[in-house]
Amino acid sequence: MTVFIIRRLIQSIAVVLVMSFIVFVGVNIVGDPVEMMVSDEADQAEREKVIKSMGLDKPWYIQYARFIGGAVQGDLGKSFVYGESALKIIVQRVPATLELALAALLMAVVLGIPLGVYAGLRPDSVGSKTIMAGSILGFSLPTFWVGLMFIMIFAVMLGWLPSTGRGDTVALMGIDVSFLTADGLSHLFLPAVNLALFKISMVIRLARAGTREVVHQDYIKFARAKGLSNRRVVLVHLMKNIMIPVVTVLGLEFGGLIAFSVVTETVFAWPGMGKLIIDSIQSLDRPVIVAYLMIIVLIFVIINLLVDVLYSMLDPRVRLSEVKS
Amino acid sequence: MSDAVTSPAPAPAEAGAVETPFRRFCRDYAESRIATGALVVLVAIILVALLAPWISPTDPYDLASVSILDGKLKPGSQSMDGTTYWLGTDGAGRDLVSAIIYGLRISLGVGVMSGVVALCIGTAVGLAAAYFGGRTDTFIMRVVDIQLSFPAILIALILLAILGKGVDKIIIALVIAQWAYYARTVRASALVERNKEYIEAAQCLALGHNRIVFRHLFPNCLPPLIVVGTIQTAHAISLEATLSFLGVGLPISEPSLGLLISNGFDFMLSGLYWISFFPGVALLVTIVSINLVGDQLRDVLNPRLKK
Repeated sequence: MTVFIIRRLIQSIAVVLVMSFIVFVGVNIVGDPVEMMVSDEADQAEREKVIKSMGLDKPWYIQYARFIGGAVQGDLGKSFVYGESALKIIVQRVPATLELALAALLMAVVLGIPLGVYAGLRPDSVGSKTIMAGSILGFSLPTFWVGLMFIMIFAVMLGWLPSTGRGDTVALMGIDVSFLTADGLSHLFLPAVNLALFKISMVIRLARAGTREVVHQDYIKFARAKGLSNRRVVLVHLMKNIMIPVVTVLGLEFGGLIAFSVVTETVFAWPGMGKLIIDSIQSLDRPVIVAYLMIIVLIFVIINLLVDVLYSMLDPRVRLSEVKS
Repeated sequence: MSDAVTSPAPAPAEAGAVETPFRRFCRDYAESRIATGALVVLVAIILVALLAPWISPTDPYDLASVSILDGKLKPGSQSMDGTTYWLGTDGAGRDLVSAIIYGLRISLGVGVMSGVVALCIGTAVGLAAAYFGGRTDTFIMRVVDIQLSFPAILIALILLAILGKGVDKIIIALVIAQWAYYARTVRASALVERNKEYIEAAQCLALGHNRIVFRHLFPNCLPPLIVVGTIQTAHAISLEATLSFLGVGLPISEPSLGLLISNGFDFMLSGLYWISFFPGVALLVTIVSINLVGDQLRDVLNPRLKK
């Protein structure tokens, strides 16, 4: 077990280092940081001063070492646009993104599981066929376009829900959240549904496949033979057994929600990390871009590490095959 | 209704009596009416995209024929010189039908191009991993696993944040984001094929590695590759549209469907829905029909589902 965790930890660190190198090379070799920092009117002396102060006259490996050294201490440079530490700006945006992703996750569970179980229990009914057709659409519809259509229908045509921003927020343990105010909730609803759509379709499929497998098991037949109500059979005996794959996949897909929130946040002007990175790319705010990329890589590496370790605890075959090879 | 598309071309010579694998494949495929319909739609879309300059009502990027006075016209309205804009016009007065036809051309082109390149790279790497095994395999598959643990959109976004906009750049980003799916698929089927007798026989004949891999191993790994290729191409088209919408994909000079939708976004809040709506429908129809074709191919090519 320890060997497995240590191996995975080393691998994770290697991934972070490789990604930091790619980002560093991308920013400093492909792009020209001096061009970004110095205004067009600057003369040669000023340019050289900036080059010196940024350490760009040093060989690349020293520059890279400095970059890593700064990154480890949480110093990823100052934003050109906001004039503050890039890291701080991103960290401020994290709660908004997490709130959106968690709301989407909740919707995927609350809507996806009942629909999927229904489709699994009555595979030939019209309702189930509609649900399955809907889930195929959910897989194929481009997220951003659905978001636009939501805005058009619910915000512009019907005027029921607001189309942009977070609405009123209240502080919960020092973090601003939207879901505790009515206005915030109405702002959260459309983006969360939009982000959840893909995951709802996925949960429907998983729940349906699980249900169809489980209903034929002996313990369900036995529960029915015992005369338990249909409600109890479905809610207790069936539900417990289909939850395992659903929970596993949802855990794995949480990172995907954070990645896809870039799209939803841009459509709904939701002030999270995703909107920030797109704005920063448009305004060429390099320090923020670099900081975002490093943080997102770190988040994913940590999620993957946790999933791997949890898996190896749940399923010993994973770590045994690993250690052998 | 789809005879022209699904019936095999070289049929007359065999007079229809012998059942060739290709004929059986076509018959199996045509069993699903939805999938056949999807194939017809897909072929039509591809033809429209290929023939854009000849069938499009106007050239939307010929500045001489575009008049700002025709801007933001509703679907079905007429311009001053009497042409009807069936899907309306955008903010600059371009006919949306023509813009969508040209947009399809760019979207499909980028999707197919990146799909083909990713397929070639992924196949070569996957075959190498399966054929040589051992350390090569462990190393390659570790890289593939790590890459697949990041969502494709994130990898593409990281690359485009570094590289900047451009057709070549988005193709590079899509290839890097997708090659691993192909590599994993090819490796899985090549591992099964590798242990079969015909490979052993080829090795006993002392044929070269290249010949064994490409002439013997590769053709037998094709079926799953075709399925993954179809679905990944749909995915690439969707990804390109998303990235272009976000403003990090194609430059404004290459107006793909994603960019058309993005342009319409600005008019959305004032109720001009059609500028975003119709390009989105075109995108949706393309992606859904490719996915349906891919699903049916999976069923037909999977020997386990054969009756």
